Amino acid sequence: MVEGTDGVGRSTHIALLRSWLESRGHAVLDTGMTRSVLAGRGIKEAKTGHTLGRLTLQLYYATDFVDRFENEMLPALRAGFIVLTDRYIYSAIARAEVRGIDPTWIRSIYGLALVPDAVFYLRIPSARELVARLLDSGRRFDFWESGGDLHLGEDFYDSFIEYQTRLLNVFDRMADEYGFHVLDASRSINRVAANLRRAVAQVIDKESDPAAPTGSRRVLAPKG
Amino acid sequence: MISYGHHHFPGKLFVVEGTDGSGKSTQLSLLHQWLKAEGYPVIFSEWNSSSLVRETTRRAKKRHLFTPATFSLLHATDFADRTERDIIPPLKAGAIVLADRYIYTAFARDVARGCDRAWVREVYRFAVKPDVAFFFRAPLKVAVNRIMSGRPAFKYYEAGLDMGWADDVEESFEVFQGKILEEYDQMVDEFGLTLLDATRSIETQQREMRRIISAQLKKRRAKAD
Repeated sequence: MVEGTDGVGRSTHIALLRSWLESRGHAVLDTGMTRSVLAGRGIKEAKTGHTLGRLTLQLYYATDFVDRFENEMLPALRAGFIVLTDRYIYSAIARAEVRGIDPTWIRSIYGLALVPDAVFYLRIPSARELVARLLDSGRRFDFWESGGDLHLGEDFYDSFIEYQTRLLNVFDRMADEYGFHVLDASRSINRVAANLRRAVAQVIDKESDPAAPTGSRRVLAPKG
Repeated sequence: MISYGHHHFPGKLFVVEGTDGSGKSTQLSLLHQWLKAEGYPVIFSEWNSSSLVRETTRRAKKRHLFTPATFSLLHATDFADRTERDIIPPLKAGAIVLADRYIYTAFARDVARGCDRAWVREVYRFAVKPDVAFFFRAPLKVAVNRIMSGRPAFKYYEAGLDMGWADDVEESFEVFQGKILEEYDQMVDEFGLTLLDATRSIETQQREMRRIISAQLKKRRAKAD
């Protein structure tokens, strides 16, 4: 799982990781938030109108997740694939918490998700750096990435800074709570990619070692 | 997020529950007319009515995309939208909100389809607890007969065809309704549902409903004075 706020380079790194894993002979499934067959389109359309309530949005994300989980991730894992996901339940949980939604409730909803073998958190230390990246990539300030529904500032810029700062705080807390592998995403792409590869290799190679002890968590280990 | 049972609004929420063929919609409609005639501000909230989710639901039903968990969650999404938009605001404004089917429909149906009982209740924890939740109980045979005499064909999910209980549509539907009724019966005590015998005449049931509602509304007026 690759987690991180908007603009840290998740999709870039997932694409790189994927090629690398495939070159090593692994079959890879990659999947991401709001890409489900069931709910992906509906979520995009609903978000366009900017009228989604906080609870509704969370539940829509949850529906999207469960659809991908049951129909894509589980079958792939059973078939021996490595599943690389662009965000997992943690982004959804973070977005919910920042919206004042009961943290126990949101975690219960995702109770049926498998504990991942590893979560790589691409960490950027400040919202301002995120802005720099946003501008570099030529993307614009999106309503939802700026936390527009929360009315945190006079304009999208102020709102973006405040919203992303809050999200970063929540992610840092969750990094401890869930034991993320934290990677400094402010380094160069090549450096980050190399670190990611090393970290992934450690996880995969450990899994394929029959002598390694298996944890008591519900983990389906992809075959190496 | 405020949890079930912890909302406090000036308005009143009354819901009707029951299997298909129990006559609950007829009763609610009569109640609605009566309340309007009595001069109350009344909002009617319908099941599966969120426009944000409607297309997705329709598409999924047509293409058979649902599993029990996603079926449950998508309907919960629809319900959340209704709650945030159509239920809480009017209640805050002091209106009466009427709902045909409520969270107990989801509990009965989703558990019948194999979802974890505790999980589904947890998902709906944000719902407003009704002031009165009527459960119109008709024995299975009565309800099924009423439905069979009126409606032509059952749709895939409606009949529970994805569950593999029976190949025959009508048989599958009966099995499904049976399981749903079992869940409802358990919930009477669990949630304090007001049990009404749905085999009596329409007029008798309506009289009892109005009596119960009047008592509820007197309480509100007394508090307001």
